[in-house]
Amino acid sequence: MSLDKSAVRTIADLARIRVPEEDLDHLAGELSNILTFIEQLSEVDTDGVAPMSSVAAVGLPLRADSVTDGGQADAVLANAPDKAEGFFSVPKVVE
Amino acid sequence: MGYLLQGETGDWEVVIGLEVHAQVTSKSKLFSGAPTLFGGEPNDQVSFVDAGFPGMLPVLNGYCVEQAVRTGLGLNAQINLTSVFARKNYFYADLPQGYQISQYELPIVGEGVLTIDMPDGQTKHIGIERLHLEQDAGKSLHDQHPTKSYIDLNRSGVALMEIVSKPDLRSPEEAGLYIAKLRSILRYLGTCDGNMQEGSLRCDANVSVRPKGSTELRTRCEIKNVNSIKFVQMAIEFEARRHIEIYESGGTIRQETRLFDSVKVETRSMRSKEMAHDYRYFPDPDLLPLVLDPKMVETIKAGLPELPDDKKQRFTVEYGLSPYDAGVLVAEKASAEFFETVAKGRDHKLASNWVSGDFFAALNASGKTIEDPPVSAKNLGELIDLISDGTLSGRLAKDVFALMVGTDKSASILVEEKGLRQVTDTGAIEAAIDQVLAANPDKVAEVMAGKDKLMGWFVGQVMKSTQGKANPAMLNELLAKRFQK
Amino acid sequence: MTQLTSLTIAEARVALAKGEFTAQDLTQAHIKAVEAGRGLNAFITETPDLALEKAKESDQRRKAGQVGALEGIPLGIKDLFCTKGVRTTAASHILDGFIPPYESTVTANLAQAGAVSLGKLNLDEFAMGSANITSHFGPVINPWKRKSDPTAQLVPGGSSGGSAAAVAAGLVMGATGTDTGGSIRQPASFCGIVGIKPTYGRCSRWGIVAFASSLDQAGPMARTVRDCAIMLGSMVGHDPKDSTSQPIAVPDFEKALTGDIRGLKVGIPKEYRPDGLSAEIQAVWDKGIAWLKDAGATPVEISLPATKYALATYYIIAPAECSSNLARYDGVRFGLRVEGKSLDEMYANTRAEGFGAEVKRRILIGTYVLSHGYYDAYYIKAQKVRRLIAEDFANAFKTVDVILTPTAPTAAFALGEKTDDPVTMWLNDIFTIPTSMAGLPGLSLPAGLDGEGLPLGLQLIGRPFDEETVLKVADVMEKASGFSIRPKGV
Ligand SMILES: [Mg+2]
Ligand SMILES: [Zn+2]
Repeated sequence: MSLDKSAVRTIADLARIRVPEEDLDHLAGELSNILTFIEQLSEVDTDGVAPMSSVAAVGLPLRADSVTDGGQADAVLANAPDKAEGFFSVPKVVE
Repeated sequence: MGYLLQGETGDWEVVIGLEVHAQVTSKSKLFSGAPTLFGGEPNDQVSFVDAGFPGMLPVLNGYCVEQAVRTGLGLNAQINLTSVFARKNYFYADLPQGYQISQYELPIVGEGVLTIDMPDGQTKHIGIERLHLEQDAGKSLHDQHPTKSYIDLNRSGVALMEIVSKPDLRSPEEAGLYIAKLRSILRYLGTCDGNMQEGSLRCDANVSVRPKGSTELRTRCEIKNVNSIKFVQMAIEFEARRHIEIYESGGTIRQETRLFDSVKVETRSMRSKEMAHDYRYFPDPDLLPLVLDPKMVETIKAGLPELPDDKKQRFTVEYGLSPYDAGVLVAEKASAEFFETVAKGRDHKLASNWVSGDFFAALNASGKTIEDPPVSAKNLGELIDLISDGTLSGRLAKDVFALMVGTDKSASILVEEKGLRQVTDTGAIEAAIDQVLAANPDKVAEVMAGKDKLMGWFVGQVMKSTQGKANPAMLNELLAKRFQK
Repeated sequence: MTQLTSLTIAEARVALAKGEFTAQDLTQAHIKAVEAGRGLNAFITETPDLALEKAKESDQRRKAGQVGALEGIPLGIKDLFCTKGVRTTAASHILDGFIPPYESTVTANLAQAGAVSLGKLNLDEFAMGSANITSHFGPVINPWKRKSDPTAQLVPGGSSGGSAAAVAAGLVMGATGTDTGGSIRQPASFCGIVGIKPTYGRCSRWGIVAFASSLDQAGPMARTVRDCAIMLGSMVGHDPKDSTSQPIAVPDFEKALTGDIRGLKVGIPKEYRPDGLSAEIQAVWDKGIAWLKDAGATPVEISLPATKYALATYYIIAPAECSSNLARYDGVRFGLRVEGKSLDEMYANTRAEGFGAEVKRRILIGTYVLSHGYYDAYYIKAQKVRRLIAEDFANAFKTVDVILTPTAPTAAFALGEKTDDPVTMWLNDIFTIPTSMAGLPGLSLPAGLDGEGLPLGLQLIGRPFDEETVLKVADVMEKASGFSIRPKGV
């Protein structure tokens, strides 16, 4: 599989990473090489094999419904690059 | 044929599917121990998990799982003993992790059915496609600053049940009935408080149209986050007419997400959702598959309350109520319970009339709730007892009821205090009649000459002179006898 | 007094107990070593004042008779662990200025055991790399030198390169590492130290900056097997805050070092001898097999046929998970923000400037393999092959107790070598990745030197949650190897 420039642009948009126009060709080449490498998996016969999303053998633990957290707006906001009136702030979004 | 919209080329049918987001009534969030209270200072009900901080991990709230199962059982739906939490990846300022933890391929609840009651007494079954658990996003405020949007993460991570219907609804009215019924069931189950103003229940409507008689499914548009039944209905109608207009002028509908503007009464394309999205769902590696113990499901099933449909059926049989009256009474669990307390050991029809009539009127007028009623079930019951044993006429009872509103006084005490006991003494009524007849010889003559209409006037006059306390049946009978002479 | 920075943790423990020196002495000596060793660029953040304060507290506890398993031991912390009040960077520009308001479970456990942190160690950005050359804070230098060219700067391996270099150079007595595809074992091998990645689920992942959640595991890196056993015992344990943490008891890992491996069956996978594997690596491996035989164990040839696909599988699953895990670095709540005219522009600018080239590559690949139309062909396929890999190991462990392989296909290479193609660089992890895919415990120990005088490591792989057997066998091999040569690079 080889990716062209426009495919790379689409992926970069999805991942919200700005890629300068002049870098697209090089990046397309790199990503295509990687895809070629990983496509060796197509030769493995996986008929009837269930996908494995985790090696952990136990079930999903559940916690009790009690309030044990929160009440720390200052700490939540302390690292924010931009904040105002107790809110995080970002460039205005027009709905 | 049901609801059809007339276009220039003919009649059109509307096809609607609803996605309802119902907030689970839990104290803490789906994956963190932060509180879920409505309101509060911004960003104060937030754990570092909800804020998507580095290294933070989700731990599932077991109560929310139980509530989802309860709801599934209440919707006669299949409970999936294995379900999987998946990440739905997209970027938005109020989505701190950059993904929403939701369920995709394997939801906790599969197909079910919900029955809506049409006004003509018919019922219609609406298919439930699925119910899954997911976390809510935070809130963006776009109107606080000229160039910035503000983000409050208090809602981030709150547990939601997304309940998806099949595209079985065919009119705004059916959509409204569906939401009302779903809300009723959720409130009976106690799994969601159903408060649409506070956003505990929100609705996305998928709308498409097709020419009458066609069975195709045309391109749909999704109208997001509508927060009242009325607005859902308005949005559907607007959107359906928009589609028809576009089709009839030779255009095509583009699948998109739209927003309902309740001021302008229109839907419009959401600019913020325009960027191509590809959610890249995959199983959340921080959360293993959720495997339910069948015994747990059985226990929840055994503990389910009687739900509106069953209760309505029972009310028609046990209390002899019409389906309509029964439907009104069972819409809220608390009003059904109120009715049953009032009706117990009393005349069922009388109880139903009083609860649906004067009581509901007083409830609405007082702005109170059924949990804190203007007249208690006990007091209303006693009032009905006084009617049954002849102490009060229906008319007097209305006066007594009016006096009871807002006080905690029993009917019998008020009857004593105000001397409102019905007069059933023949002599006393006859004496009152005598007085009225004597004072109005001209009108007596008119009645004797055949002007029967005046009979009612005499009844009124005698009632007035007894401050309304004369037993109406006796009064009518005695008055009629007098004129027969 | 012997040089304090050349002691093992086990030795220091005895001396501290005897009162030969204090935790403050020990800490002070290591702070000096850290200063002297700055040329290695092993630390991103040094916290000497905090360390001395903690050492003082440790001495007070000791006086009061409260002695933890790591009481007064100076350690380094890979800068992927969030540390309360101490800058945490993941070696990335995008976490600029981030000061966590919380402490990771593993580092909290270590502090609870009395350990003293000297600061935060360098790594590959977000733990993505095998040479510690992708750090925003510059590459880490391996303290070992080539005989033929002592001026060449060698890489320490990665991603826990700062940890490995600091331990090897005696800047710290031990360090935390994390391992997603070999990030503890491969740098341990390159720097001539011991490192163990425990079974997935043994250490809590809570508070560790996530790379690939289904693979990430923390583990100790130290100069001896015993030191790793001591540290491991203090790091692990069930944590209800991590839903993949296993609710099982913590064994006494040190007690497992009995020296007796008679009758054990040691699997030798034939697929780990690919064409072109260097003769020196083969020789070290054969030497390891001989030591085990001498100690009464039996080598058994095994087959792990799906192993050859592990690397490709890994480079689908890890980037997929990372593309999602790293979505939270968006310039809104913490770290770097590069402004833009719109929200999306701000995101794209922040992430373009904040992430380095390797991280971006992996995010893009991960985004692609999860995207519509490609998910089944890449991601689901990889998850199926992952099961085959895990099943290979499960089958092998029906007949053997432990598996022995080389840790890495080469010794440490020089900065600037192998950097032209990402896939070539990934081959460094060819022997460690299968273990990660199966979630098994894996340990690397130094087994000898190559012709250039550089250390070569061997890897021991165990059954799930059987770190004890891995450590026991490693301890026997360590004694047999007599490996005690320290780098002269500092
Ligand atoms: Mg939806
Ligand atoms: Zn949803």
